[in-house]
Amino acid sequence: MSDLLRPEALFASIDYNPPKTDWMDVPVEIKPGRYCYAANPDSVNYLGLPHAHKWNPLEDDWGLPENWQEIIFNGIRERLHKYRSFKIFMDICVRCGACADKCHYFIGSGDPKNMPVLRAELLRSVYRGEFTTFGKIFGRFAGGRKLTSEVLKEWWYYFFQCSECRRCSVFCPYGIDTAEITIMGRELLNLLGLNIDWIATPVANCYRTGNHLGIQPHAFFDMLDFFCDDIEDITGIRPEPSFNKKGADILFITPSGDVFADPGTYTCMGYLILFEYLKREYGLDVTWSTYASEGGNFGFFTSHETMKRLNSKMYMEAERLGAKWILGGECGHMWRVIHQYMDTLNGPDFQAAHMETPVNPITGTVFKNAASTKMVHIAEFTADLIKNGKLNLNKKRNANVHLTWHDSCNPARGMGLLDEPRYVIKHVVDKFTEMPQGTIREQTFCCGGGAGLNAGENDELRMMGGLPRANAVKYVHEKYGVNMLGCVCAIDRAVLPNSMEYWVPEVDVCGLHELVGNALVFPGEQERETDLRGEDLPGEDG
Amino acid sequence: MKALYSLFLVFALAAIALVGAGALGMEHVFGLYIPFLAVAVFVVGFCLKVVGWGRSAVPFCIPTTCGQQESLPWIKQNSIDNPSTTGGVVMRMILEVLLFRSLFRNTKVDLHKGTRVTYGSSKWLWLGALAFHYAFLVIVIRHMRFFAEPVPGLISGIETLDSILQIGAPTLYLTDLVFVAAVTYLFLRRVVVPQIRYISQVQDYFPLFLILGIAFTGIFMRYFVKSDIISVKELTMGLVTFSWVIPEGIGVLFYIHLFLVSVLLMYFPLSKLMHMGGVFLSPTRNMNCASRKFRHINPWKFENVQYHTYPEYEDEFREKMVETGLPVDKPLEEGAE
Repeated sequence: MSDLLRPEALFASIDYNPPKTDWMDVPVEIKPGRYCYAANPDSVNYLGLPHAHKWNPLEDDWGLPENWQEIIFNGIRERLHKYRSFKIFMDICVRCGACADKCHYFIGSGDPKNMPVLRAELLRSVYRGEFTTFGKIFGRFAGGRKLTSEVLKEWWYYFFQCSECRRCSVFCPYGIDTAEITIMGRELLNLLGLNIDWIATPVANCYRTGNHLGIQPHAFFDMLDFFCDDIEDITGIRPEPSFNKKGADILFITPSGDVFADPGTYTCMGYLILFEYLKREYGLDVTWSTYASEGGNFGFFTSHETMKRLNSKMYMEAERLGAKWILGGECGHMWRVIHQYMDTLNGPDFQAAHMETPVNPITGTVFKNAASTKMVHIAEFTADLIKNGKLNLNKKRNANVHLTWHDSCNPARGMGLLDEPRYVIKHVVDKFTEMPQGTIREQTFCCGGGAGLNAGENDELRMMGGLPRANAVKYVHEKYGVNMLGCVCAIDRAVLPNSMEYWVPEVDVCGLHELVGNALVFPGEQERETDLRGEDLPGEDG
Repeated sequence: MKALYSLFLVFALAAIALVGAGALGMEHVFGLYIPFLAVAVFVVGFCLKVVGWGRSAVPFCIPTTCGQQESLPWIKQNSIDNPSTTGGVVMRMILEVLLFRSLFRNTKVDLHKGTRVTYGSSKWLWLGALAFHYAFLVIVIRHMRFFAEPVPGLISGIETLDSILQIGAPTLYLTDLVFVAAVTYLFLRRVVVPQIRYISQVQDYFPLFLILGIAFTGIFMRYFVKSDIISVKELTMGLVTFSWVIPEGIGVLFYIHLFLVSVLLMYFPLSKLMHMGGVFLSPTRNMNCASRKFRHINPWKFENVQYHTYPEYEDEFREKMVETGLPVDKPLEEGAE
């Protein structure tokens, strides 16, 4: 852990003026507080990924294989051929600088190599210097440079300072997506065993136990059972969720963060309450799975192949259980993977023939937008239920809350889930205020810890990256009295509480279905005295 | 420094033409061979580059969604920024290519007292870029009169519009003014804005100076030196009809102009100027966003992928699952053999 400065001091340290020295001549300095620890070789080994070894980013020798340059060159060559995005993004950037101040890590740190354009140039310069004739002949004059171990270290440092949030790509006139470049950069680094532990170990856990946190089946059951106890205490109603149930209509998968840590746990209680309500009222048949007990996919932050390996469990489990379609919980990059990769990656191999275009069995709504992937977002599902008058909601149960809404990066820019949650919000909360334009919807900011960067040791980086989001929250907090930041992402729910505590201590963080769980009224339910957090509810007239 | 290098390079190029076509009398080389070669390099290079991109696969559907998706019928979709139909994608591309829609979103970040950050509207780059590209386009179209006899009505029409203010003789083209102003702006922001200066390379200054050099030599020929336009047209018509001639009396300024244009054409496929072709192929813009509705097929396969199957999982945890009452596929005795 580094010694984190106080917010005012950290803010005062931001300087947007770059150094005098040309960026190619500024050697990389790996600063504590801004980097994550190296991957545990056991985790890398468990997955069978290349060159597992023990190393320390702060030491000179990173234990690279003898032929590491050759490995990287072959890796680049292969990816230029396999990914048109990569090839085009290497060739066409004009360095107009429109992306420069769009990155939350640049806004919060002022480090010029956090400008998306320069982050990409780290790799692009090597592409020019080693792969293009023009660059090979003219070298630095043509913006090219050679691949040295210093350059490799710079890659590692800065590709693990990008949360693949895609905000820069919204502003780029050619749609150059730094996420795509970071993904390639990280794949290349993984060829040399240079992952970070906050990614590698969750991936290994997920591969083995079905979820990032390594929760084994009995413990997964116990945790949800524990939530059911709490729900019974608060509402007088005990949910009876089913697990690994064959023949269930719908398989439900959510990020394991919701099972594990506050405030995600309250969101998880919200799902349990909703499903119990729907089961009692309409006979909804949903099952949880302990095998596919992870919605998120840190494999996405490792390589496309690792993403495929983890994601395959969703379709495999739907096939084994005979589920008609899959319902997905609130998570950010999980939905990027589901919306843009899943059907391509695993549909042909693992999607069972018996799966159907999702239909809400209660309203009869056909989710045509999920016809091929056969997976529906729970915000779409709940919005549909509300629209059709299937839920009895009492907003007063959320009267403590003055909400603002954080559009999570991936559902916003890798899917377009913007108005579904807002529709749900309108029906479960009275006081709702949007943050300023330019900080929401497709221009939303990352929480500061996406793409596997929510470790403890990089707290300075997370607070810097969290500044733009927190700053917009602070604005609506001070101006309108907002006290709650809602989101549909488990990483947000893990990262934003820290960032709020640091920048705007008076604001809490919640998920959408926590609010739904609070507002949902069962027939004949006892009067609730507290919300799902155990905090007193205001009186009926309060 | 990088700007100076580039400026020097452009001067050097001009000097080559000055000496070559002027003092050494190599009009054939600079008037015919090099331009012809340049066009060939441009066309072949451009095509090779685009074909090269085209040969790379698009394994995943990765558009950046910049608005509400198509989901429930009563939720209003943003069918341009998050298109789910081919028509929507085409519309998105048209707005991107013709109006630089993404650049229009540009903002500028500012830090304030306390810990406040603001994002102001910043349209100058968009305006400058749009002015530059459209002025360039009009100028290129105007120049087509050198390659067609009789001059098509469209080109004459554009010329008339462009000189509508009727200032001076020959009349001033508005695009000449806009063009020089826009290029100057694009150059100045690279020098003045610290972050932009930091990211700028020789490769960014060089084309700007080259283009500026082309503009100035062109402007000089038209308004000040007044080149013999009839002879010039004789040469250019010769180029396109392959009856190569070097008429008498074309000033050396013309050869400098032509040489710089030739360099630009040859440099084009090797450089970032290829964004002209690349923008059409960018997967974050030109793909249908409804990727849960339509399956995108990856043309290549992952080889030898290892999966962790349910039976393997159950084998490891069966005992604990049975203890907790979770259903298992194989009973405990059988699995514990």
